[in-house]
Order: sequence, then C-alpha cells, then structure tokens
Amino acid sequence: MENYEARAQTFEEALLSVDRLEAQNLISKELKTCTPFEIIEKIIAPALENLGTKWEMGEIALSQEYMAGKISEELMIKILPENSLSRITSPRLGITTLGDYHLLGKRMVASFLRTAGFTLLDFGPIEPEKLVERLKEEKIDILLVSILMLNLTSKVRKLRTLLEEEGLEMKIIVGGAPFKFDPLLYKNVGADAMVPDTSELISTINRLAGKKT
Amino acid sequence: MDRVLSTLSFEEPDRVPFFLLLTTHGAKETGVSVKEYYSRPEYVAEAQLKMQKRYGHDCLYSFYYAALELEAWGGEAIFYEDGPANAGRPIIGNLEEIDALEAPQVSDSPELLKVLKTTERLKEKAGEEIPIIGVVMSPFSLPVMQLGFAPYLDLIYEEPTHLKKLRGVNESFCVEWANAQLEAGATAICYFDPLASNTIIPREVYLKTGFGVSKHIHSRIKGPCVTHLASGRCLPVLADLAKTGTLGVGVSILEDLGEIKEACGKQLAVLGNLNAIEMCRWTPAEAEASVREAIDKAAAGGGYILSDNHGEIPWQVPERVLMDIAKAVRKWGTYP
Ligand code: B12
Repeated sequence: MENYEARAQTFEEALLSVDRLEAQNLISKELKTCTPFEIIEKIIAPALENLGTKWEMGEIALSQEYMAGKISEELMIKILPENSLSRITSPRLGITTLGDYHLLGKRMVASFLRTAGFTLLDFGPIEPEKLVERLKEEKIDILLVSILMLNLTSKVRKLRTLLEEEGLEMKIIVGGAPFKFDPLLYKNVGADAMVPDTSELISTINRLAGKKT
Repeated sequence: MDRVLSTLSFEEPDRVPFFLLLTTHGAKETGVSVKEYYSRPEYVAEAQLKMQKRYGHDCLYSFYYAALELEAWGGEAIFYEDGPANAGRPIIGNLEEIDALEAPQVSDSPELLKVLKTTERLKEKAGEEIPIIGVVMSPFSLPVMQLGFAPYLDLIYEEPTHLKKLRGVNESFCVEWANAQLEAGATAICYFDPLASNTIIPREVYLKTGFGVSKHIHSRIKGPCVTHLASGRCLPVLADLAKTGTLGVGVSILEDLGEIKEACGKQLAVLGNLNAIEMCRWTPAEAEASVREAIDKAAAGGGYILSDNHGEIPWQVPERVLMDIAKAVRKWGTYP
C-alpha cells in the first residue's frame, strides 16, 4: 500500500477534528501493513509537521495543534514505548525553558519529538548556571530552548557564555513567541538557529547534527 | 480626550491619537525595582503622569501586570528586575477545586485596591483631559493562569461542565473588577482576551465558549470596552467581536493592518499594531517608517488609535525609541 501522503492527510483530518477514535482506528489499520517507524515517518510526523506549518500561517489555532500532538503522543506511546530500543538516540537532544515558567511550548515540542521517535532529556525550567553543571555530566549535542518572555531570552546569551567558559560545545535551537516577533533575536542571544514551528524542527536538527535529510 | 472620542466615533480628529501602553518603564522612571514600583500606587500614578507629559501620548494606563488578578485569587506573582511579573503556580490543581471555587471580592484584595488607588489619583490629576485606560483579563483567558495552559485547553475540549462552572465564577469577578475601575475614574476598560484570537482557539470553539462570555460581560460593564488580543490574530473573528458589544480591537503585526481596518469598517475601532518586540532595537528611521506605515494603512476616516500590538511596551524598549515614535506620530499623523 503506497500513497502515504493521502493517508497522512486523512490522519491529519482526524487530528484536526479532535477525533481520537478515528485517529486510533487509522493507526491500527496502518499497523497491519507497516512497521511503527514507517507509520511515524510517513504518516504521523508529516501530519504533525503540516499542522505546525498551518499554525504558523494562521490557518489553525494553537489549541488544535496542542490536541493533535496530545492524541498522537498517546497513540505513539502504545506502538513505540518511551524506552524502546528502536528510538532515535543520536544526536543527543535536551530541552529547557531556562527559567521561564511558561511550559506549554516546551511541552508541545517535546511531545512532537517523542512522537516522531526521538529521545530527549527534559531539563525543565532550569537556570543557566545549574544547567551547565548538569551538562558536564550528560552529554547533549543539541539543546532546544523554549522561551515566551522577552526578558528571559537573555538567558540564552548567559548560557552560551557559561558553556564557552566550561569548554562545552553544543548547538542551541531556540523557539517561542519573542523569537518569532523578532526574527533576528536568536542571533543576538547567541543561538545557532530559530525554528518558528515544529514543521522545520527535524530538518534543522539533522542539519545542525551534520546529517543528510 | 476629544481626540480619542472623535476617533472612536469614526471622525477624524486633529491628529491620530496614540497610546504608549507603558508599564514597567515606570519603575525606571521612579528609580526603584519593578516589585517595589508596584507596591506603591502613587509611584505608578506619578510615573504614568510623567511619562505622558514627556511623550505626549493620549492615555494614562493604570494596568500593573496580568498576574495581579491571579494574586487576587490567592495565587502568586513572580517578579523580575528587567520585565513584567509572571504568574506563579496555578491556583487550581484539579476539577474538584473548580467546584469549590469562589470569586474574591475586589474590596478584600490589597492588590486590586492598589490599582484602584492609582486610578483615583490619575483621575484627580488628569480630570477629563486624558483618558485613563483600565484593564481586566477576560474570564475566558484568565483560566490560563488559574489552571495552567495545557490543563485549561484540556478543560475546554473535554470538560464542558467544569468549564461552565469556572466561567460563571470568573464572570462575576470580571464584572465587579471592571466596574470598580470605572467607578474609581477609569475612562474605558481594555478587555484582554487573547484566547478569543484564532491564533489560540479556532473560531468554531470560540463561538461556543469565549464569545458568549464576552457578550455577557460587555453588557454588564458600565462603560466603554475595547478587546485586546495581545498580538494574536483577529481577521476571522472580527465580525464576532463586533457583536460582543466591544468598541474596538487591539490587533497584531501578524496580519495586515489595512486589511483589518477594512474588515472593521465602522463597526470596530482599531488599536495597533507596532511590533513591540522588534521595537527594542528600532533605529530612528525604522521607528518613523513603522509609524508612517501604520498611519497610512489605518488612519483614514478615524476609528484608529496607534499603539503597539501587545498592549504593553517591553522594558527593553529604550526611551529614545519611544521619543522617535512620538515624534513620528506628530510628523505623519496630522489629519488634513
Ligand atoms: C495567550 C497569551 C497570554 C495569556 C496566557 C499566557 C500564558 N501562556 O500563560 C494571558 C492573557 C494570561 C497573558 C498574560 C501575559 N502575557 Co501574554 N500572550 C499570550 C499570547 C497571545 C500567546 C502566548 C502563548 O502561551 N502561546 C502558546 C505557546 C505554546 O506558543 P509559543 O511560545 O509561540 O510556542 C509555539 C511555537 O513558538 C513553538 N515553540 C515554542 N518554543 C519552542 C522551542 C523550540 C526549540 C521550537 C523548535 C519551537 C518552539 O511551539 C509552540 C507550538 O507551536 C502571546 C502573543 C502571541 N501572539 O504569541 C502573548 C505574549 C506571550 N504575552 C506576553 C506578555 C509580556 C505577557 C504578560 C507578562 C503581560 C503582563 N505585563 O502581565 C503576562 C504574563 C502572564 C503569565 N502567564 O505569567 C508577551 C511576551 C513577550 C514580552 N513582551 O516579554 C507576548 C509574546 C506578547 C507580545 N507580542 O509581546 N498572555
């Protein structure tokens, strides 16, 4: 059975109408002919990426993207458990808000990546100083930072300085409202990339990790 | 005042009115920390008056910070040295707590009383000359702070009964809070409702939820209200917003101002839409160009107030930029 695009679209429609049952039926059907990874790569991830683009373009609302992510993650956990050996473990990813208590962005991004088969370490709303201590022990290749408050974006700069002082190398991808309203902000705070929505996230991760997409 | 009133009646005044919605800048002005600034109502009043004199904009803003309402409900605000306070931990941890929820009385809340004091003082000094803009969070948007964002979205989609209960409690609070500010001297209320924006909630869901709330609230607030979407998008819901009884709408840089103005017609006045984040690093030329573009797109025929697109100018915006904006409005905003 080919034509993944049409199947991804059907799945996307089920998500958009917040139809859990239909989404589940579609995935159960897929499982008869596809491996979990095929389903993730060809159906679930493209559907979610497409919803990310649609949100960015103003075509759908955040609540729809949130519910779609939530339903997909529930389905995914069943077919590819959190500790499954076939999850993607390279590059090693971490995520934080660097002290911002607005956690929804981080939660949605983490959920998207887990649903897309990645493993990632969630550092929570940790401050740069403490994070650097943790990063000395846990090797991370790419750190994702989600920030909603403009004043807290300066913590990325702070983190970058501390990482340099410790000789720790890693890429930083930032996202969240202030970075979207000012597309130059990510550079000013010393991040390597800004991703406005989840649609470009996997390709950006692969690019920064030096992988071909 | 006349300038603002004529534009709200879709007439062209002498020049485009502009609102610099300044908050934490007052702390710099006063030379104290943000936390201390908001502990003394007279600080806020004096700073508002001083800043209005300096920039010559057309309003005084009695808004402190959104999490102040959460404090009134028993929650906490977290203060920063270089930005607005944020909401601390949600006050509602599970559905049963919604059943037991009671709205605070305005007169019992030291935080809200501070804002009322600021408002009274502003009114004393400004009289009928400069409009005083008060702020309430919409009962449809406040729960983001009361519950946390994700649990609230879950509630909207999956718990209609509890949503309704919460709505009832929040509505009575909002009406009392808005009317108290009007009584203290506020000229108009800015009703912050970013969840009405299709950036956050799709129109179909809004029509079944926040729309009714807003309509109900507007009919009970005893003064003029403007709805602000805090830089969320608005085009698909403009006609609905007009039906809530609101006089105008605060709009975002994410949409074309000309298109918005056209869609608003004479139904809704437009407030906006300078990019409050990019503003932090505007050169004089960029400030002038942004002001000019906004005026070109929206000022004709009145029904327009120039302001930022969020309803608050970030701490990081330098005084120099605010001055550049003020100058540009005087240069380009004069009606023929
Ligand atoms: C809804 C809203 C509110 C609501 C709810 C806020 C909340 N979350 O708690 C209310 C009315 C309560 C509110 C209040 C305030 N708000 Co407000 N609000 C908004 C609005 C419209 C949406 C915010 C939101 O939570 N979105 C949901 C999150 C999940 O979206 P997101 O961060 O964009 O994330 C998405 C993507 O960016 C991406 N993403 C996020 N992080 C990452 C990371 C990576 C690595 C990647 C790849 C992607 C990614 O994925 C997410 C899903 O697509 C924005 C403006 C806007 N148009 O976005 C302002 C905004 C966030 N508010 C702002 C401010 C300042 C405030 C207040 C401090 C105002 C005040 N003085 O009190 C308060 C703070 C209250 C609090 N909670 O502490 C500013 C923040 C920037 C600034 N100026 O500092 C904004 C950006 C408005 C603006 N244009 O300036 N607000």
